[in-house]
Amino acid sequence: MRFSYYPGCTDHSSSLEYGLSTHEVFKTLGVELVEIEDWNCCGAAATHSLNRLLSLCLPARNISKAQSAQAGPLVVPCAGCFSYMKRTEYVLKNDEAGRKEIEEIVGFKYEPSLEILALMDVILNRIGLEKVQEKVKKPLKGLKPACYYGCALVRHPKITQLDDPENPQYLDRVMKALGAEPVEWSYKTDCCGADLAMTYSDVVKKLVGRIVSMAKEAGAQCIVTSCGLCQMNLEMRQDMGLPIFYFTELMGVAFDVEKKENWWKKHLISPKPLLDSLGR
Amino acid sequence: MKKSGENLSLCYQCLKCTAGCPTAAYMDIRPNNIIRMIQMGMKKEVLGSSAIWFCVYCQTCGTRCPNEIHIGVLMDALREMAIEEGIPAKEKNIHLFHEAFIQSVRRGGRAHEVTMLMDYIFRSRDLMKDSLFPGVKLFLKGKFPLLPSFIKGRDEIKRIFEKCTKEK
Repeated sequence: MRFSYYPGCTDHSSSLEYGLSTHEVFKTLGVELVEIEDWNCCGAAATHSLNRLLSLCLPARNISKAQSAQAGPLVVPCAGCFSYMKRTEYVLKNDEAGRKEIEEIVGFKYEPSLEILALMDVILNRIGLEKVQEKVKKPLKGLKPACYYGCALVRHPKITQLDDPENPQYLDRVMKALGAEPVEWSYKTDCCGADLAMTYSDVVKKLVGRIVSMAKEAGAQCIVTSCGLCQMNLEMRQDMGLPIFYFTELMGVAFDVEKKENWWKKHLISPKPLLDSLGR
Repeated sequence: MKKSGENLSLCYQCLKCTAGCPTAAYMDIRPNNIIRMIQMGMKKEVLGSSAIWFCVYCQTCGTRCPNEIHIGVLMDALREMAIEEGIPAKEKNIHLFHEAFIQSVRRGGRAHEVTMLMDYIFRSRDLMKDSLFPGVKLFLKGKFPLLPSFIKGRDEIKRIFEKCTKEK
């Protein structure tokens, strides 16, 4: 099994440990990820805020690269990148005039057969939880994570077509397969404030504070996410010391892969005490 | 209304958008009122509002709207209109941050935090004192590489940027 892989800009920066753990986990699962050649930024939140056409064309260049690579469906780990790729895909598929305009600007011909998938969708629905469970060496018994999906994976549901927008279950199911006991809580898809963190950090502190305190109140020992910006905001803008994992990191812990120490060093809130207390 | 492609006349003011909005408390005009004011033709007030800049496109409103009005898409269209019409952003720094991000992508094809933040600080004179300390910590953890990575297809990116700005 192999997939085209779009790492996204934060793979080399603020979410280094997400990329590192993803590669380790996929190596263990025996699934190949082929990085698309010379990929560019998806445009992120800034671009659609100021220039709609540009925000559709930047992801389109990556889609064209994935088409020519012919290495299978395109997998996007970052929730933000995923949502912008899907947004462009939605226009390419459903708006003929929009498609023609994008094709002309980017210089390619869109092939609707290329699938664009979120990383957790691939794990859940392509690789399958049975295969995941086969690889579990040290089940996450006793670990109570709060699964946090944020905005980008599940909204708008017509575009991302991934899980329920109010009470999603994908991450919870992966965590259960690893032996963890995810808590029930109501803040799974509440916004962390995204890039307002840079201009209005006090607003983001309030939003993050509410999410983290609600996770704690529900009995969670940590939060699990799949978005680089959510992870950074949740770690940086709280003062409650609750560890924030990428879900692939916890998969790596359950698979007992090597080099995990390198991931923990990248965290602002060290997850080591929690993992030590569970004997991991 | 035409620019966003959304049918705003369907709105019956149920307020679900504003109730679920994470940043409504900081907006000068709440999302439901933005729609009402557009219906009433109050263009200047809407385009000059802080609300259009405080929207973070979380899409909670658009997902919950019983009339399927995609308010996030509407907010994007309003920001773009404000820029086109030369109306200064009421939230100047939010606009400048987006601008610094986009310029970073234009230069190298990928976003680069260090040069982007320096560009933002230079443009806005906002010293980001709340983010400085944790930012330095992340830098020391190797999470903010000093040098940007340039992609090979920078000419393609340049062409895409030119076409997307010219055709507006």
